[in-house]
Amino acid sequence: MFLLRILKGDRGGQLFLLVLLLVLIAVPLLNGLPADHPAHVSTYTVTLLGKYLTYALLAVAVDLVWGYLGILSLGHAAFFALGGYAMGMYLMRQIGERGVYGNPELPDFMVFLNWQELPWFWYGFDQFWFAALMVFLAPGILAFVFGWLAFRSRVTGVYLSIITQALTYALMLAFFRNEMGFGGNNGLTDFKEILGFSLQSDSTRIGLFIASGVALAVGYLICRALVRSRLGRVAMAIRDAENRTRFVGYRVENVKLAIFTFSAMLAGLAGALYVPQVGIINPGEFAPLNSIEVVIWVAMGGRATLYGAVLGAVGVNYAKTWFTGAFPEFWLFALGGLFVLVTLLLPRGIAGLFRRRGDSA
Amino acid sequence: MLRFIVTLLLLCLGATLPAAEVETGDARLDAAFEQLLDRNFDVKALGVAALAESDHPKRAELLRGVLEGELRYLNKPPRLVWMREKDGDRHAIDALDGGDHGKFSSRKFKKLPINNAMRGQIRGLLAQLQLSDPDPEVRLKSVNEMLDNPEPGHEALFRSLLDKEQDPAVRAALQSALALAGLGAAEPGQRRQAIAELAGSLEPAVRNGLTRLANGDPDEQVRADAAAALQEIEQRVEIFGHLETLFFGLSAGSVLVLAAIGLAITFGVMGVINMAHGELIMLGAYTTYLMQQLLPEMTGLSILLSIPAAFIVSGVVGIAIERGVIRFLYGRPLETLLATFGISLVLQQLVRTLISPQNVPVSNPDFLSGLWQINSVLALTYNRLYIFIFCLLVFAGLFLLLKYTRLGLQVRAVSQNRAMARAMGVRSARVDALTFGLGSGIAGIAGVALSQLTNVGPNLGQAYIVDSFMVVVFGGVGNLWGTLIGGLGLGIANKVMEPWAGAVLAKILVLVFIILFIQKRPRGLFPQKGRAAEG
Repeated sequence: MFLLRILKGDRGGQLFLLVLLLVLIAVPLLNGLPADHPAHVSTYTVTLLGKYLTYALLAVAVDLVWGYLGILSLGHAAFFALGGYAMGMYLMRQIGERGVYGNPELPDFMVFLNWQELPWFWYGFDQFWFAALMVFLAPGILAFVFGWLAFRSRVTGVYLSIITQALTYALMLAFFRNEMGFGGNNGLTDFKEILGFSLQSDSTRIGLFIASGVALAVGYLICRALVRSRLGRVAMAIRDAENRTRFVGYRVENVKLAIFTFSAMLAGLAGALYVPQVGIINPGEFAPLNSIEVVIWVAMGGRATLYGAVLGAVGVNYAKTWFTGAFPEFWLFALGGLFVLVTLLLPRGIAGLFRRRGDSA
Repeated sequence: MLRFIVTLLLLCLGATLPAAEVETGDARLDAAFEQLLDRNFDVKALGVAALAESDHPKRAELLRGVLEGELRYLNKPPRLVWMREKDGDRHAIDALDGGDHGKFSSRKFKKLPINNAMRGQIRGLLAQLQLSDPDPEVRLKSVNEMLDNPEPGHEALFRSLLDKEQDPAVRAALQSALALAGLGAAEPGQRRQAIAELAGSLEPAVRNGLTRLANGDPDEQVRADAAAALQEIEQRVEIFGHLETLFFGLSAGSVLVLAAIGLAITFGVMGVINMAHGELIMLGAYTTYLMQQLLPEMTGLSILLSIPAAFIVSGVVGIAIERGVIRFLYGRPLETLLATFGISLVLQQLVRTLISPQNVPVSNPDFLSGLWQINSVLALTYNRLYIFIFCLLVFAGLFLLLKYTRLGLQVRAVSQNRAMARAMGVRSARVDALTFGLGSGIAGIAGVALSQLTNVGPNLGQAYIVDSFMVVVFGGVGNLWGTLIGGLGLGIANKVMEPWAGAVLAKILVLVFIILFIQKRPRGLFPQKGRAAEG
């Protein structure tokens, strides 16, 4: 009943969830077909789709703050990467004695750097529950502290965008340092298993794919419920007229802080699901370019629709995969052109093409 | 001294013997070269000394030829020759009268074999010969060279030179050289006097000598004096070290200012975030590269021509961006950010496709390479010095433009109150396009400067875009002074922190500082005053 209520009037969302459900059922079945069957879906494709789903979840998180709260975050990839690092640290500890140096306690790169013992911030990451907690807490705490500082002093608009960019840039530089204890340049890789399941096996990959799909669906529903709630309405009021909302008596900072932190946690979850599927996390994920790319997925799909973000993330990434395979030189032309054309000609994104005039966001 | 006398004696001897193998037309040279051709290295060494003592005008050249193995000799007729290129062939040219002895062959024209001890000896002698060079800079250099390889005979030489020397810098160097020799005097009183004379000198040889005395002199008073003098010297070295850091900081900061100042205009005046700004810088750097391809022989001229060329190239591209994209997006700063980011990707890829995905080589003209050696611990590289000056010039030019021209007046009017400016008859669309072109052109000029400092490649702009934004936001939007002070300040902060934090950590700390600073002063160091800033 609750589900029906929050999806009422959200025709795009209904359609999206239906398609997602079908894909989640169909893809594992098709993967089970013999390899020479024309409808067979290779495990490579399953992993690729799983990656798209985690991107889509990240895009939903960005759409929540940009589309409904009016904060253009150019640093969401930082939260994504932090979640990814938390998961990567768990996976690193799971390698145990199977590393190149066979040290049961220390990951390979620490042995290589001649470290004698595990740094304190690696404690606990051999437990899945702890890592899972950190997947939410690490980005959440960073977003909370950053947001608390920024929103309290009323840093808004372009300034906020630029300092979020500075944040992710600073984190990228920091994670590149070997002394930080996160594997430096090479990051964390060479994972073996998750929760006792080998990461190389097809069944684990399908499991991760389904987990990503479920996370996306749940994340979408929570965001949907959020924007339909009173809190969501206040958020939209802030987006449209921040000062007026403040004068009416709402605590604008608190609303912003709550939604921003939640969005960061969602991004962290996406990162945590992303890492076991691609098998590596390195500081390049913090690059400012990545965050900006997420924003263009959302703009492309249509901001303030949530399902548009999913559409944009999957669409742009599919195009990227295709272009970088077929015409590697033209991908940046295509992406750049997309940025310009979408902002100029499609201010409401692809989703805006299908929406009737007068539909409320 | 002893060696000198022996040499003289031998010279007299040599002069009485008939010239056996080499004929130079000068009896003293003949004798010296006869010794040089002897098999015994001790005799050869005497020959070298004799050559140096002779007052033949070409003795320095000949000594260098012996040192580098370029001076060859011919047995019959006995001649000294150089190997020279002539009409595409190698010819043996007489070292003394310049006559041609035909084609060169290593078998016919033999080397003068020397050993390492002689090489050291020749170097020392050459330095001494340079001491009487008419150019004071050469003299100064040779005194300093001799300071680094002290020998007992030098003291008397320095003393005799000091009487004749006129140039104050060379005199000071000679005095400190003498005092340095005095550090080894037998009398503690003499040593103390030498320490007093050396106080404040920054030469490494002096510091070594004083350290030796401070640690190991038998006399306690001398040890204390040396330690005190050393401490004073260390203090001065430290001050110069700080000056050097300051200079590095200023030059790093001026790069930031150059990169950011165009952005400050477009951002400040039009509220437009131009993410393609870095690529406009890159275009300027590539213009320099193309200009050098056009004028491969004239590096200096091509750099000077690149400055207006880059201004025009980047400016025109900037105006095209403004007319083609940005003017449709006024009032939507976040969308402008995305669209210009798209443009930056296209421009990067355009350079990769049209020119090369690799970095391209840009050479530095002569007047930009080299060092300005102020003293032995402080040296400023010319390219950094010129970048700093260039940055100030660009800033001053822009400042005057905005303050005293009609365009500047209109730009300021539009930035303060667009609606009111339009009401007063300012064509704001035209002002926007010109302002954007101006900011972009300045970015191009910054690119010319950067091409002399870093690698020129498609990613050049990306490396500077985040930094430029930080500078503008830190300095305060719409304020040129803020950009100047912000950029130089951040550059200095970076360099001050670098020694103890490392380059990367210093950069992170600066970023964190800016993030925190923005919380405290959301409108930057110098916020724009007036109602327009309320936004």
